[in-house]
Amino acid sequence: MTLATAPPRSPGAAADRAARTRRAQGAWFLVLPALIPILLLSVGPLLYGIGLAFTDAQSGRTQATRFVGLLNFSDLLHDTLFWDSFRIGLVWAFGVTVPQFFLALGLALLLHLPLRLRWLARALAIIPWAMPEVVVGIMWRLVYHPDAGILNETLRSLGLSGATDGRDWLSGLATALPAVIVVGVWAGMPQTTVTLLAGLQNVPRELHEAASMDGAGAWRRFRTVTWPALRPIALAVTALNFIWNFNSFALVFVLTDGGPGGRTRLPMLFAYEEAFRYGQFGYAATMGLAMVAVVSVLLAVYLAGRLKGDEDR
Amino acid sequence: MSGRRPVSGRESSGTGDGPTARRHTATTRTTRTRQRSATPAARRTTTRTATARTGQYAALVAYLAFLAFPFLWLISTAFKPPRELGSIHPTWIPEAPTLENFRQAFTQQPLPAAAGNSLLAAAVSALIAIVLATPMAYVLARYRNRLSRAATGWVVVSQAFPLVLVIIPLFLILKGLHLVDSRIGLIMVYVVWSLPFALWMLTGYVRAVPPELEEAAAVDGAGRLRTLLSVTAPLLAPGIVATALFAFITAWNEFFFALVLLKSPGKQTLPVVLTHFLGAEGVADLGPLAAAALLATLPSLLLFAVIQRRITGGMLAGAVKS
Repeated sequence: MTLATAPPRSPGAAADRAARTRRAQGAWFLVLPALIPILLLSVGPLLYGIGLAFTDAQSGRTQATRFVGLLNFSDLLHDTLFWDSFRIGLVWAFGVTVPQFFLALGLALLLHLPLRLRWLARALAIIPWAMPEVVVGIMWRLVYHPDAGILNETLRSLGLSGATDGRDWLSGLATALPAVIVVGVWAGMPQTTVTLLAGLQNVPRELHEAASMDGAGAWRRFRTVTWPALRPIALAVTALNFIWNFNSFALVFVLTDGGPGGRTRLPMLFAYEEAFRYGQFGYAATMGLAMVAVVSVLLAVYLAGRLKGDEDR
Repeated sequence: MSGRRPVSGRESSGTGDGPTARRHTATTRTTRTRQRSATPAARRTTTRTATARTGQYAALVAYLAFLAFPFLWLISTAFKPPRELGSIHPTWIPEAPTLENFRQAFTQQPLPAAAGNSLLAAAVSALIAIVLATPMAYVLARYRNRLSRAATGWVVVSQAFPLVLVIIPLFLILKGLHLVDSRIGLIMVYVVWSLPFALWMLTGYVRAVPPELEEAAAVDGAGRLRTLLSVTAPLLAPGIVATALFAFITAWNEFFFALVLLKSPGKQTLPVVLTHFLGAEGVADLGPLAAAALLATLPSLLLFAVIQRRITGGMLAGAVKS
């Protein structure tokens, strides 16, 4: 934890360490410019936010905010709408993260091969990644549009018109959540692909060739050479993706605004409504804390993976 | 990354025309039957056959189509006249392409002002974030102590907590400072919001600079600050530029904070103004909506295309090494 245990693994460690200690003591002035805003505008508000979860804070209220203990939490426990939204959030996060990972893994392996259109795939991958989420949402609304959208027209031209004529995918009770999940997969897949691809490039080529010489087939090479090397990255990417998806807001806000009938109301959308449409700051903060519970589990997975990666180094 | 380029020329040959492909398919079958009695060499050839290649290309084309089709549709819609947008059988290519939607987009919403607000918020916050983050990233990369561990932990945690937990207190704090519905308030939030990622990426870039270079300069009698400025900074410059552009793009694209913090129409950023097009939804509005959305995307697409490779490297370095 302290400098004494910090590992300068280069040769001549002892002298090195002493020099480093001396320099580290003078390094504070380099840290302060970033540390102060972080403490004031990030750590501070986070603690404040946790505190708000135990109060009846509301917007535009005249009397003082009171400490109400666990009242918000007990309200939340009985709030079936919130549990619905929580469940939708989990379905959405799984529904996006899991297919996204497998598709991205397959694509990364594919793009790792020397194929001719590889450059094009990489160039196009930039589009969903760099686009504002709001624009992604707008774009897919145009695709899903019941009359003027290309999806229904394509299905029509494939002779599937009977089932889909004039169908409004984003307003259908059954189709809305799957429809937004598809958009979520589309929006996040390139980043996952490119990250995994970068990871693949760190897999030692010689090991692959050696395994190939020993007669290992593609699957075996993947399992014994590629996957062990890729695993820390894959784990990190998946955990972070799940967290980001669970916390996401803009995409679904633009696509459906939580509709129809709350079928796509992710927890963040619910908390946003509660805080900034109904002014229930305290209660919305409590929702935020409930979301942290889910996030923490994945964060633990991610951090455990990182620490393990640290040991392996 | 670039080291693998020459390979592609060699291996991708031989997938060309039909007859060749068919011949290869035949080879596959024989190879497969042989595979059970499997010599290593036989199995190795299997992976290189045309069948596998065909499958690979089919998958690649499917992926390209999936990536491209919504974007192509956006472009198509942006150039369609109202008559075609109202048609029951929409076409991929506008029959009478028009710029009318772009003109209408500008009259329906204050797009130039919104773009100006976005530009200001993104550029200023990216600049400040880089100036603040670079020294700290240097310390995090070079020294391992309690502070650097805490900071790394915070970087990870801050990527993970739901923004609603931060925005409510920030809203209250900014309101106390009379900075709600103010560009300065938004910039402050963006700076702090982009700091973790900037630190994350920059720390990776600093690690890539060998400390031996700095030690050599120190031996030559240069002070710490001098060493930093004359040795480390130039080597870091490309990474710093990439990080700054990435911070710019994220702020340019950001929606949630801007939605909550900015109320006056004259101060709102581009993503927020775009959602106003959704207000009165009708077929007639699809064109301007698509046109405005397309315009709002171009800056980040262009910038991102420039720095994409560096971003991936930086993120990867940050994500898997601590």
